[in-house]
Amino acid sequence: MIEVAGLNKAYQTQKVVDQVSFQLKGAGVTAIIGPNGAGKSTLLGLISRLQRPDEGWVRVDELDVHHCAGDRLAQTLAILRQENQISTRLTVEDLVSFGRYPYSKGRINEQDQFKIEQALAFLDLLGLRHRYLDELSGGQRQRAYIAMVLCQDTRYLLLDEPLNNLDMKHAVGIMKLLRRAADEMGKQVILVLHDINFAASYADCILAMKEGQLVYMGSPEAVITPEIMQDLYDLDMTIQQIQGKPVAFYYR
Amino acid sequence: MFKSLSPATRLGLLLVGVLLACLLFMTLNVRAGWAFTLPFRGEKLLGLLLVAYCIAVSTVLFQTITHNRILSPGIMGFDFLYLLLQSLMVYSLGSIFFSQINPSLKWLGEVFIMVGAMCLLYYWLFIRQQRHLHILVLVGIILGTLFRSLNAMIARLMDPVEFDLLQDVMFASFNQIDSTLLGVSAFLALLVTLFGWRYRHALDVLALGNDQAVNLGLNPRRLMMLILIAIAVLVSVSTALVGPVTFFGLLVANLAYQLAGTHRHVYVVPMAVGLAAMILIAGQAVLEHVLSFATGLSVIIEFIGGLFFLILVIRQGRR
Repeated sequence: MIEVAGLNKAYQTQKVVDQVSFQLKGAGVTAIIGPNGAGKSTLLGLISRLQRPDEGWVRVDELDVHHCAGDRLAQTLAILRQENQISTRLTVEDLVSFGRYPYSKGRINEQDQFKIEQALAFLDLLGLRHRYLDELSGGQRQRAYIAMVLCQDTRYLLLDEPLNNLDMKHAVGIMKLLRRAADEMGKQVILVLHDINFAASYADCILAMKEGQLVYMGSPEAVITPEIMQDLYDLDMTIQQIQGKPVAFYYR
Repeated sequence: MFKSLSPATRLGLLLVGVLLACLLFMTLNVRAGWAFTLPFRGEKLLGLLLVAYCIAVSTVLFQTITHNRILSPGIMGFDFLYLLLQSLMVYSLGSIFFSQINPSLKWLGEVFIMVGAMCLLYYWLFIRQQRHLHILVLVGIILGTLFRSLNAMIARLMDPVEFDLLQDVMFASFNQIDSTLLGVSAFLALLVTLFGWRYRHALDVLALGNDQAVNLGLNPRRLMMLILIAIAVLVSVSTALVGPVTFFGLLVANLAYQLAGTHRHVYVVPMAVGLAAMILIAGQAVLEHVLSFATGLSVIIEFIGGLFFLILVIRQGRR
């Protein structure tokens, strides 16, 4: 269970995350949506301890994220941010192997190797395993990073815009995979998404943020409505049910 | 063919190279008897090995914690900070105090102060503030010049007796290694190594960047602080033995990244050390015995290293 209570974060006088509180129970996929600058990435940073809140606390499975030992949390919660720049030259397999560091501390054993193979296969990276990251396309690199956090084998998975740089086929592939991770492996996946239709099709729960505040929270059917979207994005949207999921049309 | 060699084989080949360089250094052009030559050259050889070790390790560690490939402790003015601290101490404490105290003890004290000063300054510069790389290059070069100039100013203020005490440190070079400090220096370097060995895998993770290091369970701030201390010790050792060396570390670290064939510090660090040792020892042997001291080794190394630095800066700018 993830509990977030009274989170505040400000840069100088600008409030980026403003009194955010919520609880997420059990397995599932949760999408954070909202316009640019709404504080989505910062919220994810605060939950994952990459950033410190000015006020408030976060608990994951009863562990206080900002005061608990780092290596313990690394086995519970994994985070992947948008920008990942690495100064060293790594192959895909090197990168994915790092996902096992919280367990192996650098000495990869058979079980670690098994998890690495599994993650590589899951993301369709077996053919690319010996390629260097700087030789890959943006989408391939993104998949390698996702394989790494998946390999970390944590119950909670936090992803900041994982669909960036991905074409439609791979975007759908990643979302299906995350859905499977939630349904079959009991993971709680929280991700920032820009495409509300992906959120509506795959998420169990949607958190909508605006100006640092959590303004709506609920199932896709409850949140993806013309009124709420108008409030959130200041756009007129036509929303229809297709195959039982709300789909928004907002291109013209 | 070279590409298919495993990292361990590459290290093995390098070790052969280092041993050959040592052999060359010890046996080339021996005129006096062996009884004199062996201890005389042996001491020099140990000094060179130690310096190579300190420069290579400190540069690789520094580049890992700052996530860049074109800055090194030498470029950031660490060595000149050490010289400045030396002058300040002689100037403020006086020559009598300085000449009477046990040299090893005194030196340990100096290293201690150096660690404190360096950590304060560079912790603030690199870790508190996240700055752009090119600004850091500028800051480093300006700081280096500032330390050097302050040092020169203090030297002018001193009386000749005090200045005399500083001579050893100020004019140390590859030809004139300050051998009184060899023992205690080696001891310090060993301490740092034992400490660093525990963190060999954590260093690989740290190279992924701060966010990934936190995600994988490290405390990067604490680790960076510890490594900065280690760097301060190593820089003090090398500067005390041979004086400031600006670009050499950069050269061997980048060669090591290319030649090690892996990103892992367990291989990269020994690779850098081996390359540094081979270059220094072979270079010194050739200069001393073939060219009979026609020029200083540091001049040549700094020339090549400096060119290399420029190439790196230009390539970085293009990206």
